[in-house]
Amino acid sequence: MAQKLGSQTYLLDQQVYVLAGAAIVGKKEGDGPLARYFDDIIDDEYAGEKTFEAAESRILRDTYFKVLEKSGKAATDINFVLSGDLLNQCTAASYAFRDADVPYFGLFGACSTMSEALILGSLLIDSGAADNVVCAASSHFCSAERQFRFPLEYGSQRTPTSQWTVTGAGTVILGTEGQGPRITCVTPGKILDEGIKDANNMGAAMAPAAADTILAHLKDTGRSCDDYDLILTGDLGSFGSTMLRELLKRNNIDLKDKHNDCGTMIFDLEKQDVVCGGSGCGCSASVFSTYILDQFSQGLLKRILFVATGALLSPTRTQQGESIPGIAHAVCVEA
Amino acid sequence: MIEVLKAFLLGGLICVIGQLLIDLTKLTPARIMVCYVVTGVVLGFFGLYQPLVEWGGAGATVPLTGFGNTLAKGVIKKVNEAGLIGALAGGIEAAAVGITAAIVFGYIMAIISKPKIKS
Repeated sequence: MAQKLGSQTYLLDQQVYVLAGAAIVGKKEGDGPLARYFDDIIDDEYAGEKTFEAAESRILRDTYFKVLEKSGKAATDINFVLSGDLLNQCTAASYAFRDADVPYFGLFGACSTMSEALILGSLLIDSGAADNVVCAASSHFCSAERQFRFPLEYGSQRTPTSQWTVTGAGTVILGTEGQGPRITCVTPGKILDEGIKDANNMGAAMAPAAADTILAHLKDTGRSCDDYDLILTGDLGSFGSTMLRELLKRNNIDLKDKHNDCGTMIFDLEKQDVVCGGSGCGCSASVFSTYILDQFSQGLLKRILFVATGALLSPTRTQQGESIPGIAHAVCVEA
Repeated sequence: MIEVLKAFLLGGLICVIGQLLIDLTKLTPARIMVCYVVTGVVLGFFGLYQPLVEWGGAGATVPLTGFGNTLAKGVIKKVNEAGLIGALAGGIEAAAVGITAAIVFGYIMAIISKPKIKS
């Protein structure tokens, strides 16, 4: 059984390996600096389907089969699928796994979904309830525009928003036996809301939650930033990342050169005209399940803290004048 | 030719204001459009928009402020003809061509085209 450390960190008792990962992304992500790590890049935003929502389900399902293939597991080896996305009713995930014939849990943690799934998946394995768990998350620029802003059909003039929703899906498979980096401890985050109301400034809404979870993790484990090769946040973007550094500095934690952010890694911010970086569940999911796992297999990373961040934004509540709650979940991954 | 230039200048200026509102304020595009229509109604009511139409032609009638102006003019005309009931009927009557065209062409375009990410 996992051992609780301090206020909210759990040290896993069993070996939980990240056996394999897969990601499929859209064209814009495929033009970015991480292109060569992705398993597939789709040129057509419909991915051969009739709607954007169906396309998102399609790429999520494809990464599931891809990760089974890469890990050598059969669908019958999978105890649970934990998956989520940005859409109402976890639409993309529900339809992606409709025909998968596997026990399924739908998760919503906004852009933090991947680390939420990794935490729950590793705890399920640690409890002895599962041998193999699939963790997956997706987002699609066009389906997210429809959900949170305006449908593309409407042809609205896009406000110069600070983030660009990543079209992509990332999937990993966790298991008790095999090779790969291990998940050793997890720090689930609390919801923090500092009163940010601007839906175009989600980095600012998430940064306090990221700082809170990182501080809790370091305090609970008695570690410092120097114990990590990389502290990887989900999609704070460039503005949110600066804010995170400031918030941690106030608590006497210096991130130095240890920090990076999936949202700023997936795009070339200047060349690709993405003001602050990428966002969406698929952003941290696709970066973690390909590029980060590759860095581990090359021996370039020994221990990281993966902190996917989520803005738990509700369009309805935002229109009612409410602020945006933020959350961040931390997962410690070691070679 | 000079008419085209005038229309371009005036229409362009109206659109520049819209772009500045998008870039510099937190107003959503929907709110900006409603502001444009209402501004057109107010200017039209006071007779201040008609000089722009006479100077810039389509540059003034095509933007949403022109739609507001049409509503205001229609209401004034109908009130003069039929009394206060014209306040309810006049606007839509005057704008019928524009509204119907928007619905019909919007429907046709929705059938024959497929939305995509701007590249």
